[in-house]
Formats: sequence, C-alpha cells, structure tokens
Amino acid sequence: MRALTWHGKHDVRVDTVPDPEIINPRDAIIRISSTAICGSDLHLYDAFIPTLQAGDILGHEFMGEVVETGPGSTLEKGQRVVVPFVIACGQCFFCGKQQYSACANSIPVVNADLGQELYGHPMTGLFGYSHLTGGYPGGQAEYVRVPFSDVGPIVIPDGLEDDKVLFLSDILPTGWMAAENCDIEPGDTVAVWGCGPVGLFAVQSAFKLGAERVIAIDHFPHRLELAERFGAETINFTESDTYHALMEMTGGIGPDACIDAVGLESHGLFLDNVWDQVKVSTFMGTDRAHVLRQVIIACRKGGRVSLPGVYGGFVDKFPIGALMEKGLQVKSGQTHVQRYLPKLLEMIGEGEVDTTFVISHRLPLEQAPDGYKMFKEKQNECTKVVLKPGMAEAA
Amino acid sequence: MTEVTDDAPAYVAKDSDVRAALGPGSVLGHTETINRPRSEVYAFWRDFANLQRVMENVTAVQVIDGTHSHWAVSGPGGDYEWDAVIVADEPDRLIEWESAEGADVAHRGRIEFRDAPAGRGCWVTAAIAYQPPAGFIGKAVAKLTQKEPNIQARRDLRRLKQYLETGEIATTTPPNSVPPS
Repeated sequence: MRALTWHGKHDVRVDTVPDPEIINPRDAIIRISSTAICGSDLHLYDAFIPTLQAGDILGHEFMGEVVETGPGSTLEKGQRVVVPFVIACGQCFFCGKQQYSACANSIPVVNADLGQELYGHPMTGLFGYSHLTGGYPGGQAEYVRVPFSDVGPIVIPDGLEDDKVLFLSDILPTGWMAAENCDIEPGDTVAVWGCGPVGLFAVQSAFKLGAERVIAIDHFPHRLELAERFGAETINFTESDTYHALMEMTGGIGPDACIDAVGLESHGLFLDNVWDQVKVSTFMGTDRAHVLRQVIIACRKGGRVSLPGVYGGFVDKFPIGALMEKGLQVKSGQTHVQRYLPKLLEMIGEGEVDTTFVISHRLPLEQAPDGYKMFKEKQNECTKVVLKPGMAEAA
Repeated sequence: MTEVTDDAPAYVAKDSDVRAALGPGSVLGHTETINRPRSEVYAFWRDFANLQRVMENVTAVQVIDGTHSHWAVSGPGGDYEWDAVIVADEPDRLIEWESAEGADVAHRGRIEFRDAPAGRGCWVTAAIAYQPPAGFIGKAVAKLTQKEPNIQARRDLRRLKQYLETGEIATTTPPNSVPPS
C-alpha cells in the first residue's frame, strides 16, 4: 500500500510499504477514506519528539471502512468508523475510570521502558506518534491496523459525510476536554491561547459548557477571524500586550480559566522563547514554553489552567511560584477520546457543533508531503489539511 | 547497617546487605497490578506451562511433577537451562522456588499474590536473587542486549498483565515477520 512515512526533519515521503495485517484477535483493518494532518504532527515533522524511526508511518486522525476483522473484534466489514488516536484496551484500571489515554495495556512492553525512564510511567499506545507511544503505524495511508477495535472505533451512521465526523478522532474531543478541564462556572471568562483547530474547537466547547465570554489569542488574522465567528473576543499578540489586554478585558481579575492550545513549539519573539530556543538547539532543554508561562501569569487567583497543548520534555523558568501562590489548578493530558465520542457524534448529527469550517485544504494522499510543507509554512490560510487516499491527483 | 526501619520491600534497599537477605547474588523485584481476581492470577502462574506465553526469553517449560520443572531460557550470550524446585506453595498467596544443583543460572525466587485495594484486582510481586552468568561483565552485556533479568522480569509481568486483562499481548510485529536487525 501507499503511506506517508517519516525520514527525518522536514523529510516525509509517500512510499510503498507492506499492507497491515491482523495480528491480535481484537484487531481490525480499516481502509482509510479521510485522514488529517494534525498540528502535533508538525512536532514530528520538526523532529521535536524523540524515538521516530526512518520509515515510520505517521497519522493519528483517520477514518474509513472496516475491511477485515479479527475474531475478537465487534466491528463488521463494510462499517464506516472513526478511530480514536488513543489506543485503549477497555479493561485495565485506567480504562475502567474512563482515563483511556492512560491505558496500561496498549503499549508494547518493549516500548514501555523509555516512557518509564522519562516520565516515571510508560506512555499509552497512540497511532503514528513515535516509538515512545508504541511505534504503531499511523493512518496517513491506504490501510491501517486498529488494535482493540471493539473498544475504540465509533460507527458512523449513513448520511454523515467524512468531513463532518473525521475530527472525532482527535481535535474535536481534544478541544472539548480542554474546555471541560476548565470546570467552567456561570459568568466565567475563558482565555484560549492558540487558534489552531484544537483552540477553535475549545472556543466552541467553552461556550457550550457555559462560559460567559471566551477570549482567543493568536497572531494569524484568519485564525482570529474564525474564533470571532464562534463568538470569541480576540487578542492579536503582535498588536497588543497579551497580559495587559487580558487584565483590562476582565476588570483586572484575569481570566477564570486559561487554555494553552499551543504546546511545545510556542511562536513569537519573546525573550523567554529566545532563551528556550537556545537551550533546545543546544540540547539543554526540549520545549519552548512561552505560552505556558504566560497562561500561569495571566490566570486569575484560584483559577484553572488546562493544557491540551503537547509537551514532551522539560522547560526552564517554569513559574512554579505563581502557580502555588495564586492557588491555580492544572489539568492536562492526552485526550480520553473514547469517553466523549457518543456525545460529540450526537452533537455533530444535530448540528450543534461546526466541524467542517476548519478544513482549508483537501489533497490526495500522494500529495501529503506538500500538505505538511504548506501546513508548516502557511499557518494563516492553511488551518487543516485532509488527505483523501481515493482522491485523484490534480493534473 | 543491615536493618531498615521503613515499610519498603527489601529489594529496593540502598544497602546491598539488606537486599542480600533475599538470597546471594543480584536481587530484583517488581510489582504489577492485574485487574483480575487473585485466585485466577495464581492459577495461571501455577501452571508453569502457561508462562511461555508471556515470558519472552523462556523457550521451553517442562512440568516434571508437582514440585519439579525444567526450564530452557535464551539469555545473554547463549541458552541456559535449569531444574526448578518449588519450596513453598500457598494457594492464591505465594510460590517460592529454587534452582536445583547444576543450574546454569543459580537463583531463588518468590512470587506473591495480594489483593489490591478495593476493586483493583491483584498485586503480583516477583522477587528473585540470582547469580548472573559470567558475573558483572555478563550482567553488563545482558543489559546491552536487553536480556538483563530486571528488565525481563518487568516486561514479563507486564505481558502477564496484558494477557490476563485483555486476552492479548500488545505488539506491532506480525507473527511471521523478520525481526528488525
């Protein structure tokens, strides 16, 4: 089959690779109809995440048709399914608490040691996201093997097209959980750093969960326009000082809850970012964390901080004093996708959440490398690239 | 100092004399929570032939009688064999064994099964004291080839957990594929 494979920093290619096969009883094979490039794929593209190997198939946002099932799968051939990027067994202690992204059984034990060393505990299996998370081949391909297919994939009813439901795989539940982690109370103002797809879904979700106001922060005018469309007020951090703007826009109190939907590749020419960049490029640190620091400094006393943005390693100059002295609560983590799917699918079906607005480009799988380059370099216009393995290439 | 006053298991002691209380040589210990009833986990383990499914380096287990079994293991630098003798067996609680004379790797071990806190299943703790083949150098080689017993024990217990909780063992490698070099 054809698949998008990683070969090094800014080097991804569409190669011919062996077809996936059923390995374990609960596996299924899916023929991909739509698969997206995620902002977190750019962390792989930029080689910020360790333990990728040349030839690894990327992609963790995908959906398609069931073409093969193991004896333990509950899926049936021909069903259309969206697959969560988190692989979860459904039977361990964590899955029992619906903490699917902490599943203990989806990571191959040979891949568990590094996470244990780095984080104190092994990672959970994720599709197409390095060997730290299990080395599972991803879904930017014609076919993919889905382990524990009786637990993760959600069957899509006829009449809901791919573009509407594809983002159930990651960014919609991620935006939702980001807002849920804010424990929103009536009257709350939620500030969202980063108006990428997750940030934009977090804006919508925060309103759905009862926020009075949402303030969206970015520097790309088009992305801020999209946030505005969903009712957010905006701060362009190249035009205004974010901290002072937030204080003035909240009566001096600060936002009740703050969402960092940016993560480890925080942009912008700020002194601390330059310092981080020096450390990252000399291997003395790993993550650029301007947004994380600003979130903690801006959040109101006794407020809540939600971190859906991906971090991988260590940051310097972490404002632990502000965190403690202001009594902030922090919630974070990879998304417990499986927990949110039924509710979010229902909301999509009833038109309560807009998912298709975020798609700016649709490309055949063969043009995936162009998609990565464009997503990386043209962040204003290019909000989301969806790859369609069946689509004809433009002449 | 060979006395400890805390409640931590001896195999995590900083003092090697305390660790040696388990037996001579190197000492390892590891605990996993398995979300299954204690009796089921004990029963699976007690039938040693089952262990080949979850122990990567065990190539053959032959149960000779109620207390004797023969083990073949691929280890650092070659294959090893020994006879094991059960020296204590308390159903649903613990099994202790020792290698018989003439073993390639002399060792003694204990596997304990305890109830985990409310509704979390069973805690399984393996503690093993062993004489590393070829001593210190052998241990270093083993670590490099990832067949070091400590790493193996941890991985084996995790495979046991995966198998008993989910009925399968997580992998990305098709059964007939050529292993990566």
